[in-house]
Amino acid sequence: MRDVAIVSFAQSNAECEVRNEVEILQPVSAEAVKASGLARDEIDFTCSGSSDWLQGQPFAFVMALDAVGSWPPIKESHVEQDGAWALYEAWVKIQTGEVDSALIYSFGKTSPGDIGQVQALQLDPYCVTPLWPDFDSVSAIQARVCLTAGVVTEKQMAQVAARSMPDACDNPNAVRKGEFSVEELLAKPYSASPLRDHDCPANSDGATAMVVVAGDRAKELCDRPVWIRGFDHRIDPPALGVRDLTRLPSAAVAAAKAGAVEDKIDFAEITAPYSHQEILLRREMGIGDDVRVNPSGGSLAAHTLMSCGLNRIGDAAMRIASGDGDRALAHAGQGPCLQQNLVIVLEGE
Amino acid sequence: MAERCAVIGVGQTQFDAKRIDVSMPGLLREAALRALEDAELTWKDIDAVIIGKAPDMFEGMMYPENYLADALGATGKPLLRVHTAGSVGGTTANVAFSMVTGGIHDRVLTVAWEKQSESNAMWGLTISPPFSVAVVAGAGGFFAPLVRTYMRRSGAPEDTGILVALKDRRNAIKNPYAHLKMPDITYEEIRDSMMLWDPIRYLESCPSSDGACAMVVSKEGLAGRTARKPAWVHGTSMRSEPVQFAKRDAVNPMSGRLAAKDLYRQAGIHDPRVEIDCIECYVPFSWFEPMWMETMGFADEGEGWKLVHDGTTALDGARPVNMSGGVLSSNAIGASGMCRYAEAANQVRGEAGEHQVDGAAIALGHAYGGGSQYFSMAVFGTEKP
Repeated sequence: MRDVAIVSFAQSNAECEVRNEVEILQPVSAEAVKASGLARDEIDFTCSGSSDWLQGQPFAFVMALDAVGSWPPIKESHVEQDGAWALYEAWVKIQTGEVDSALIYSFGKTSPGDIGQVQALQLDPYCVTPLWPDFDSVSAIQARVCLTAGVVTEKQMAQVAARSMPDACDNPNAVRKGEFSVEELLAKPYSASPLRDHDCPANSDGATAMVVVAGDRAKELCDRPVWIRGFDHRIDPPALGVRDLTRLPSAAVAAAKAGAVEDKIDFAEITAPYSHQEILLRREMGIGDDVRVNPSGGSLAAHTLMSCGLNRIGDAAMRIASGDGDRALAHAGQGPCLQQNLVIVLEGE
Repeated sequence: MAERCAVIGVGQTQFDAKRIDVSMPGLLREAALRALEDAELTWKDIDAVIIGKAPDMFEGMMYPENYLADALGATGKPLLRVHTAGSVGGTTANVAFSMVTGGIHDRVLTVAWEKQSESNAMWGLTISPPFSVAVVAGAGGFFAPLVRTYMRRSGAPEDTGILVALKDRRNAIKNPYAHLKMPDITYEEIRDSMMLWDPIRYLESCPSSDGACAMVVSKEGLAGRTARKPAWVHGTSMRSEPVQFAKRDAVNPMSGRLAAKDLYRQAGIHDPRVEIDCIECYVPFSWFEPMWMETMGFADEGEGWKLVHDGTTALDGARPVNMSGGVLSSNAIGASGMCRYAEAANQVRGEAGEHQVDGAAIALGHAYGGGSQYFSMAVFGTEKP
């Protein structure tokens, strides 16, 4: 395996953007390229993640090419997934030896539409989507199953939120933050029983960009390259009735294959859009109770669909780069009830 | 140094306007099972699945790969979903190849598909985005001015497109999977068909199809274990350029020219006109055959049309193009690029059936998308690179 390091990262998240996707992305992409120390035309490969449904038009990602610099023509690809999977494709491309560096970006602007309804389109198109179950309700079914099985408690869910929102106070990209006691949170009304508003993602609009570089070149470009030590992703079956919703086997396999459990991790940045999912992910990925999770505040503080997974990875990388930890697990998840999970293990030089 | 990789199994569905006999999972399994059968493998032999398709709006689903995960045997495995507009079928295969050449996996299943009857592709391509002018013309409306520009620049005879359509429609008769089969097709019938987007006639256009294409990709050590030959991947390339840019030449795009150049460098091809035996390229409207012949260096600029008129690109010509009948005969958009690769791979395997080119040892697969701004290509060979 070739050693690949994250050398720069930039993100933008806001509750409701007036700019369009290209306008949000352009400064973010420019910032990441500038911070990498490479000129745009020195970056060999470009890979992105986005969803046409958020812009409401087919081939929506095509316009983004105008924002990231694509003349002369570039070696480029796109996944209709979170940007974390675009990073995976770029990492594989570097493993082939055909390229040595890559710009990865992603973007999502969900405020113009009804994101809960749009995400219902991920379900069985013949039998379930026609019922239009919104995504909070689908996740609430999972939370209810977990409560009934005794895997989580409502108090634990509130504790996740009560920890995440103060953590987010230091994060300029967080759109939901503040100090709340567990009791205060438990006194709030249900929005999709047993979920309360603070148990659900803080949906935001934004864009993310990252530059990765292989080998010694990464050491020349930054003081403390953050190396990708393990990288894997897995998927579970789609039907909610087939899955044991208290388990996320794909997350467990991905964490094991990425080597996350082989050594101690200093902290983790994980994509848990709903509070109960953090508890499930901790258990599946073997993250001990003493390990700090989501110092950024996570998805309960800012959740830019298509970018949130790449944001967790970038947040973890920047934390290591600043010397705040040496080894971290970062995770991206997508699909109904976290059907698909990706794990990356990062280490500082 | 990268691992070598080969296509060891190819499968396609029957293409048709409406495959209402199968669900989306059923459609994809039809192609995937045929590819596994061709490779003499089963689901458990596959390490990862790479799936590609064009816009999700064509079926009205978001992340359709999640819904398809268990139907494609991907439970507990990595599943990656590629989308690079019309070129996606080619790009998806390129990504699958890189999983093997990068040493990540030993054997990968790659599937590309579209089930256009679930929605309306014409509508899907003309939806008006907020705050923008809607073209409301489908792909034909976008590409017709490019064809007209090509005709003006090259001085090509007006009936070049008719001849390409006649050739491809006759080739399709030999392809058991083709959507459109017109055994009695004539020059006059194409000429007299309705003018849809001047200068593109109805019978010079691709259909809207349901269908899927699948390939099993293997690392060197596991290839060549069955009676059917592997198709060795000699090179792959991808290039993209912006859609709105005054300097770009959309008729003969620089992204296409650079992708071809990169491809030939990797495959060690010095003169494609001599060294490549046959080409399967993405021609959704007949005039794109001469245009892509020039972009890929098979003719000098302005002379691609001559290869049509002198029979070079005919199935029995010196360098056949679109032996399968091409996109003009089957167009499940997301699958179309992979079908081109699959045909090129089958040609060098000697598995192309009635449309086999005698002695084909080096074949090129090509896909493009967006506003002629996304290109994916691969060269396959009978021998190891």
